[in-house]
Amino acid sequence: MAGILDLDLVAARDALRAREISSTELTSAYLARIEATRDLNAYITVTADKALAMAAASDEKLEKGEGGPLEGLPIAVKDLFCTEGVPTTAASHILDGFEPTYESTVTAKLWDAGAVMLGKTNLDEFAMGSSNETSYYGPAVNPWRATGDADTRLVPGGSSGGSAAAVAGWAALAATGTDTGGSIRQPAGFTGIVGMRPSYGRCSRWGIVAFASSLDQAGPLARTVADAALLLSGMAGHDPKDSTSAPLPVPDFSAGLEDGVKGLRIGVPREFRIDGMPAEIAALWAQGVEWLKDAGAEIVDISLPHTPYALPTYYIIAPAEASSNLARYDGVRYGLRVDGDSLAEMYANTRGEGFGAEVQRRILTGTYVLSAGYYDAYYRKAQRVRTLIRRDYDQAFEKVDAILAPTSPSDAFPIGANESDPVKMYLNDVFTVPLNLAGLPGISVPAGLSARGLPLGLQVMGPMFEEAKLLRVARALERAAAFTARPAMLEGV
Amino acid sequence: MSLDKATVASIATLARLRVPDDRLEPMVADLNAILGFVEQLEQVDTAGVEPLANVTGHALPQREDAVTDGGYPERVTANAPDPAGTFYAVPKVVE
Repeated sequence: MAGILDLDLVAARDALRAREISSTELTSAYLARIEATRDLNAYITVTADKALAMAAASDEKLEKGEGGPLEGLPIAVKDLFCTEGVPTTAASHILDGFEPTYESTVTAKLWDAGAVMLGKTNLDEFAMGSSNETSYYGPAVNPWRATGDADTRLVPGGSSGGSAAAVAGWAALAATGTDTGGSIRQPAGFTGIVGMRPSYGRCSRWGIVAFASSLDQAGPLARTVADAALLLSGMAGHDPKDSTSAPLPVPDFSAGLEDGVKGLRIGVPREFRIDGMPAEIAALWAQGVEWLKDAGAEIVDISLPHTPYALPTYYIIAPAEASSNLARYDGVRYGLRVDGDSLAEMYANTRGEGFGAEVQRRILTGTYVLSAGYYDAYYRKAQRVRTLIRRDYDQAFEKVDAILAPTSPSDAFPIGANESDPVKMYLNDVFTVPLNLAGLPGISVPAGLSARGLPLGLQVMGPMFEEAKLLRVARALERAAAFTARPAMLEGV
Repeated sequence: MSLDKATVASIATLARLRVPDDRLEPMVADLNAILGFVEQLEQVDTAGVEPLANVTGHALPQREDAVTDGGYPERVTANAPDPAGTFYAVPKVVE
């Protein structure tokens, strides 16, 4: 059926409910599109048979006028969410052959709401990266190309790079991601889609392969703000199996989307004007401020003084938690085992072979900053600076309703361009990391094109558990930006 | 401060990570770059500031100390690389 892929999540939901299309038609169209876009390497596992079975079950319900809020909608799942009976790799060699015997809470909720699983998307190994290049299964590829350079393959961002590439290339209607330091927002920005990280605790972490437990949070990647709100409604909610899950009711995130920003105060943080910020990023940010002002918002200059210390704080706390979380991969209970003459040697061989270079760097960094004699100097120190970063935001949100900033300091870069320098790669997250440390929600909205013809995102940040207000501001930004550019690969699809 | 090769090798041992000799040298350089980067935190005055680990402000919930799950060892061990029935098998630890 021509044009079926053109429907966004909300439009597809309405078409399914009106019986204008069936879930089987829609799901089949996406499965065909996945085959046609294999070059994106967006998926690690495609679950075609399961998708068609779920679609058929959804069609039966829809036929009877039944079904959940996401009934029959085909989506992709970042391969960091455990899915029962479906391989779950975290894009790591060390999880070879692992098929969970349980389902993550977030995906279980999505299937309960009627969503159809297309497959598991590519990511940086254990979600550690900003380009999807650390995946054991090879890099996912950005559907976009720079103007006049159709040959150079660009990164889709990371770590949720496969999810972003799939949504931007129409190989999924929407997708789940996780955001530990920007892993939803940065790839959304690089691929011209919407990506949202909810407040810490809004979505259950149970059954998501853990990277840094005090920072990890699941969220949606989608074509529009309304789509993101709809998918988030299916993901969020308290879960007794995750003790850090927030015991709060989930509001209707789609309800107030069109309410506008009239009378809201939008903060513009001066510390985000970093040295060397490309002029086109600064200009887009200024444009975003104007858009919100024109829409009736009051613009307030604010200060978040500890922003420059967010990245170094993150690169202590995240590796520390990762080194602890990843201690469980020992070749005994699941995944890869590489034999050795003793138990200790088997552990070391398995982990040495099973983890890639970036994961090893972070495990070693984390082990060092947690080791006796250095714990206070590094880890405790970072936790104290984290308090100051959070305090900056608490004080700012006494004065403003939301904060506007760029999502990333650049547009998408070529595959291989930043691989040799880990610290340079970390700088990609300079605008996204502070929010993770503060635990707050944020969303990236596609807002314009760079001089190279690549998408750029603007980021809206909000107070704790005020996702509904955040989505409302994001929708106003989306409406003003009217971003309609598409990657060339979508022509004629 | 800067890490040397022997220190990195000993961290790798603590982390149960076999890093072959030819990969040790680049790892030393990478770790020193990362530690050099994070050392700017020394500029921040954190006297009297409490460390932050809990961002939501919600207290950890308590529940009755009771078994709420389990009773399916075959599911628990289903992914074991070298199972012995419903047990995990490992190289001999005690001679």
